[in-house]
Amino acid sequence: MKKILKKAGFYLILLLGALSFLYPFIWMVFATIKPENEITQLQLWPSHFTLASYTAVFNKIPISRAFLNSVIVSSAITASVLVFSSMVGYALARIKFSGRKMLFNLILFTMMIPFQITLIPMYILIVKFGWTDTYWALIVPGMVNAFGILLFRQYFQNIPTDLIDAARIDGCGEVMILFRIIWPNSIPAMVTVGIITFMTTWNEVLWPLIVIREQHLMTMPQMVTLFAIGGSAESQQGVILASAMLLAIPVIVVYMFFQRYFIESMATSGLKG
Amino acid sequence: MDSKQENRTGWLLASPYVVYFLLFSGFPIVFSLFLVFHRWDIISPMKFIGLVNFEYLIHDPLFWKSLWNTLRFLFIHIPLQVVVALILAEVLNRKIRGLMFFRAAFFLPVVISGVVVTILWKQLYSTETGLINLFLSDIGLPKMPWLTNVTLAMPSIAIMATWKNVGLYTVLFLAGLQGIPKYLYEAAEMDGASKVQQFFYITVPAINPVLLMVVILSTINGFNLFIEPYVMTGGSPLNSTLSVVLYIYKQAFSFYKMGYAATLGFVFALMIFSVVLVQRRVLERED
Repeated sequence: MKKILKKAGFYLILLLGALSFLYPFIWMVFATIKPENEITQLQLWPSHFTLASYTAVFNKIPISRAFLNSVIVSSAITASVLVFSSMVGYALARIKFSGRKMLFNLILFTMMIPFQITLIPMYILIVKFGWTDTYWALIVPGMVNAFGILLFRQYFQNIPTDLIDAARIDGCGEVMILFRIIWPNSIPAMVTVGIITFMTTWNEVLWPLIVIREQHLMTMPQMVTLFAIGGSAESQQGVILASAMLLAIPVIVVYMFFQRYFIESMATSGLKG
Repeated sequence: MDSKQENRTGWLLASPYVVYFLLFSGFPIVFSLFLVFHRWDIISPMKFIGLVNFEYLIHDPLFWKSLWNTLRFLFIHIPLQVVVALILAEVLNRKIRGLMFFRAAFFLPVVISGVVVTILWKQLYSTETGLINLFLSDIGLPKMPWLTNVTLAMPSIAIMATWKNVGLYTVLFLAGLQGIPKYLYEAAEMDGASKVQQFFYITVPAINPVLLMVVILSTINGFNLFIEPYVMTGGSPLNSTLSVVLYIYKQAFSFYKMGYAATLGFVFALMIFSVVLVQRRVLERED
């Protein structure tokens, strides 16, 4: 009996712990569908439900355009990171070209450089290219990433040599080997790099804030940020929260289906979202 | 393949990174070394001013204030992060039902955009109408000025940041804990070691590599602090939540002082680099 009580107590505390992470989000969902004057009440359940906050968001800012921009930018970057980072990773893992050791060390070194040092020069580069207020500014600087290269390199090193040799004897070029033989055998690595890249790009705010000023080119987190701190929400909490909710929903939906992959991917990378 | 062909194919496949490196790492670093000696607002011509930017930085009270704020953030954030993550990981490491659910719950804030979390917590922290204060006054406690008090604002942000990221570090610690062989604890038990002793003599040494990673990662994350104060407080009250990155952002994009902003970034990056190196040394020696 004592043991059962102890166990129940343990689960109760665990459940309270989980609730402290979940409740704020639950509260947020309700805050966006209750009347504005009830948001500042402790009670969760509203007197009646209303979509007024969401309607207000869609009326005040072109949020669906921002959603589209974010989808375009994040997909373009993810696709190109998968292609380019796997190319470089493959070269480092399976081709014995001179200077690859040096290249590998260079990649490790660049990963350690704090972004604060490159931020301003990068912005000036974008200005000089005439890329401010274009998709290029958002996409091109993210097209390759060191993390992807390192992860692919590690994964490709463990692919059986026979597989590659057989293809080489059959006269396959290295590019063909990469995309036809290596890719289908590296799904877990692709998923990990894909999720991490998509997530970090989707959630990025600082860089869009710097290079994009025109509203119709803004990414979703950028637009929501400016909406929350600017005046156009007229400090209506429900409306601001609704815009944040719209930003969170796609991620939450995908997370619910693929949470195992998310957790495992992000744990391997140690990156934050 | 002969070696000549290998060289060609290898560098061809690696070329995307070479281009990327030259444009977005090599050039910016070289250019930043150039910018720090100049005054420039992007529009008018660049002006060489020698070491004036550095002199200005040394005497700039706001830079030192923002650095101090960032350090205050780190001093709260890192210990809190490590302790809470370790506790959660320790709990999840037992044989429990619904492990997947709890892990997913702790991890949810990690995947959600920092903007969303910050907007949500700005409301939770609000002095008059925030959920936390409503709850406090409901149980008879005074309302706290979470984000409007000079001493309290930065700790409030640090607590929120911990709440957001702790799930990630929990999962990292959990992986570390699962790698410890059970017989070590059984042997210690037989020798009469207490639970506390077991924790400090078996668990801590075994997860030291993970601990190193967690400390370094949360240090870097802390030094990158930007969106939280940007959305929540804008650096107020009285610049007590102004982080270094927010200050660089303001210098560059509110005042268009590119040379000075680059100098701030340069000096700050060197500081981050040295802190991480020191951390690595200290924590690796503990092995």
